[in-house]
Amino acid sequence: MDLAARAVAAGIYLTVQDVTKRFGRFVALDRVSLDIREGEFVSFLGPSGCGKTTLLRAIAGLDPPSEGRIVQAGRDITHLPPGERDFGIVFQSYALFPNLDMRANIGYGLRGPAWPRAKAAARVEQLIAMVGLEEHARKYPAQLSGGQQQRVALARALANHPGLLLLDEPLSALDATVRARLRTEIRALQKALGVTTIMVTHDQEEALSVSDRIVVMREGRIEQIGTPEEVYRRPASAFVAGFVGRTGSFRAEVEHPHAATPRLRAGPVSLAATAAASLSPGEAARAFIRPEDVRLGDDALGHEGAFQAVVTGVEFLGPVCRVHLLAEGVALEAELPSGDIGKLGLGHTARLWVAVPAERIMTYPDA
Amino acid sequence: MPDGGAFHPRVSDEQRLMKLALGGAATFLLLGLILPLGWLFARAFQDASGGFVGFANFAEYVATPSLAVSAWNSLWTAALTTLLVVPAAFTYAYALTRSRMPGKPVFRAVMLLPVLAPSLLPALALVYLFGNQGMLRGLLMGESLYGPIGIIMAQVFYCFPHAALILCVALSGADGRLYEAAAALKAGRGRIFLTVTLPGARGGLISAAVVVFTLVVTDFGIPKVIGGQFPVLATEVYKQVVGQQNFNMGAVVGLVLLLPAVGAFLLDQWARRRQGGFLSGRAVPLEPKPRPARDLPLLGFCTLVAALLLLVVGLAAWGSFIRFWPWNLSLTLDNYDFNRFDSAGWGSLWTSVRMAAMAALIGTALIFVVAWMFERGRVAGPLPRVVGFATAIPLAVPGLVLGLAYILFFNDPWNPLGFLYGTLAILVLNSLVHFYTVCHLAAVTAIRQLDPEFEAVSASLKVPLWVTFTRVTLPICLPAILEIFVYLFVNAMATVSAVIFLYGPDTKPASVAVVHMEEAGQISAAAAMAVAILMVNVALKALHLAMAGRVERWTQAWRLR
Repeated sequence: MDLAARAVAAGIYLTVQDVTKRFGRFVALDRVSLDIREGEFVSFLGPSGCGKTTLLRAIAGLDPPSEGRIVQAGRDITHLPPGERDFGIVFQSYALFPNLDMRANIGYGLRGPAWPRAKAAARVEQLIAMVGLEEHARKYPAQLSGGQQQRVALARALANHPGLLLLDEPLSALDATVRARLRTEIRALQKALGVTTIMVTHDQEEALSVSDRIVVMREGRIEQIGTPEEVYRRPASAFVAGFVGRTGSFRAEVEHPHAATPRLRAGPVSLAATAAASLSPGEAARAFIRPEDVRLGDDALGHEGAFQAVVTGVEFLGPVCRVHLLAEGVALEAELPSGDIGKLGLGHTARLWVAVPAERIMTYPDA
Repeated sequence: MPDGGAFHPRVSDEQRLMKLALGGAATFLLLGLILPLGWLFARAFQDASGGFVGFANFAEYVATPSLAVSAWNSLWTAALTTLLVVPAAFTYAYALTRSRMPGKPVFRAVMLLPVLAPSLLPALALVYLFGNQGMLRGLLMGESLYGPIGIIMAQVFYCFPHAALILCVALSGADGRLYEAAAALKAGRGRIFLTVTLPGARGGLISAAVVVFTLVVTDFGIPKVIGGQFPVLATEVYKQVVGQQNFNMGAVVGLVLLLPAVGAFLLDQWARRRQGGFLSGRAVPLEPKPRPARDLPLLGFCTLVAALLLLVVGLAAWGSFIRFWPWNLSLTLDNYDFNRFDSAGWGSLWTSVRMAAMAALIGTALIFVVAWMFERGRVAGPLPRVVGFATAIPLAVPGLVLGLAYILFFNDPWNPLGFLYGTLAILVLNSLVHFYTVCHLAAVTAIRQLDPEFEAVSASLKVPLWVTFTRVTLPICLPAILEIFVYLFVNAMATVSAVIFLYGPDTKPASVAVVHMEEAGQISAAAAMAVAILMVNVALKALHLAMAGRVERWTQAWRLR
């Protein structure tokens, strides 16, 4: 059985196999492979220049890959021009046609024998209702707000029932509150329609909140593919641990990796860390700790291996406060409900007990 | 589909068509620009019978005193004109963009008047004023108008609007925040002018100086009419080719004429690269506040300049109705009975109109489509770079040199395209190529304002490219397209230098008729023809302005918020 047939049998809608993209001598994508299941919402996440947009454009046929294969719904599309593929796309700029009103924009692709005038008009009205913009249908893009423009772009991309929806940083041009609302709307719409969706984003919160799976990329390679929980709780590399979610990190040396409780030593501080078991004795390591995993005060005293630290700063973030701590040269961040700050008496230079559960310290070889 | 081995993305039919069309554009530029210029270059190294003589022609050129003198004359008159024009144009543009003086639209309209006229028109007006029978001859204190004095005075008028236009653009793109920041840092007006205004306009100042210098060095009409015995490069080329039929020496002078133009062009490119990104997308437009201490002197200056411009144009117009300057000042229409002075009569104006209309129609369509394919075609391979390079060249090639290259190339016995020589077609081709770069840049600027992903969106929606081109690109760019049309028409009407070598017995353009009538001493008839050219251009410009409003309402409604 060839690759395409096998993929279809396994419920896989899109297969990217060993895709490499070079621009001159620069390697933008380096042998990237991944499978996306039918109806899945997958985010490509990474810092700028990691190749996530290049991969999206390769899948769309806008920048064909230099090597490798891309199979969509059992069809090898690697070499097809964009017009012969089956996808809808929303760009960061939306690329709405400014001289056409909302109706004309949404119905732009509904032409040809498959879309007689009446059928196209009905479809346009259906889409306008779907994105909830009925009262604005006659407006031009410039007369719509950013969020409204985004919905028009989405409706236009979905008009022709594409099998694949591509979103290139669809929310990054919007205000934070609109962004949070729209991403849940997009996710709800995607679930209702069941359309396989790929979203490119550099915003990890966005990726964590809407995706079935996240592809974390760095310098043209895939670092990790996993559910949001996997990527957040079990990062595959130091890069993923540092990039996804907020972490404090410090360098340490591995002690007794094969003991019942392996330990990490950073200066005078010695911490129990389950994950250090995979490293060798004396190896230089980098440890990451999520702020919500740090126990403070009385909570910490109950833990084995609690140590003392000095508060170097407190940031008020509304519901929670972030506390910056320093313990014998090791910097940590902790998060706790704003109400607890007074209870703990956390002023600047206050000393208090700190502990971290052994299984919550993420440890990687220090590069 | 290739399996392993060579890796070739499949190209859509549209893409293939696009590549073919861009190849056609490259061939057009090759035939209409590169080959003629190459042939000019080759002829400079040949003798009259076509044998290779190396640098002998150049040695002869250097050894001929009159030729070397003409080069020096061209250089210093151009430099002096530049020094006079740029500060005046800067002040005028500054008043139009950075002051609250009243009557700005009027001053802007008056400023543009000389652009619509052939360069000969100010020269003819000066003859009325300071010529051998001029009214104000005494002001020259015994010096003759015919020579450097006349050339420089006429060039100042002719070049002023070109420089002022560039400086208006440079000065209008100011970020108000920079001025607020400077004022908040307690900088005085003088310091703000020196540290914010001038650096912001530096690119425009260099461009304006370069354009004026090049215009003067390469202009043929003014030195022909008013240069007298004062030789400059442009008239020298004409003398070598038309007078002495010495095509090889003409080619050498043509190449010499190309030098300052190419040098100026490269300087401008360099300045542009250094300028880059001064104005960010988030800039806040500067709104000047009323300040009489600045606005009133500027109003006075602009009134003086506008009065001089109107005087020159008005004088030429008045002169064209005078029976016999300066002895019989009664008015007559006799000078417009062109059949009395020139065998082509009114026909030459008709020839010019047909030539300009064809150049504008064909040129606008061709230039815009090529610019669009160049910007948005995503054609692979070296073709886009070749086209991009070729479209930049015409700006650096003086009309006279291009005309000379055409006569050498198309008139050569071996050339199968020789049948074009002396036809209207070659005049159209020449005008189109001569004014190509400015139009191409205008088209590219308009297209770049469109979202770069329009074509990708169309492809994903399975809409053919040409549909998006006609439904979106064309309507949005229509104002720019009309500008290009008017630019091509107006310039083709007024140009002398590009066509002086190329017309045939049945295709003499009006601007050449002006030169011939002036040569024959019929100043009033020459002025009448120059005014007729100006009127055709003014009429077209007025039509454009009247239409622009309607077109705007029709195609640009979406810009309203």
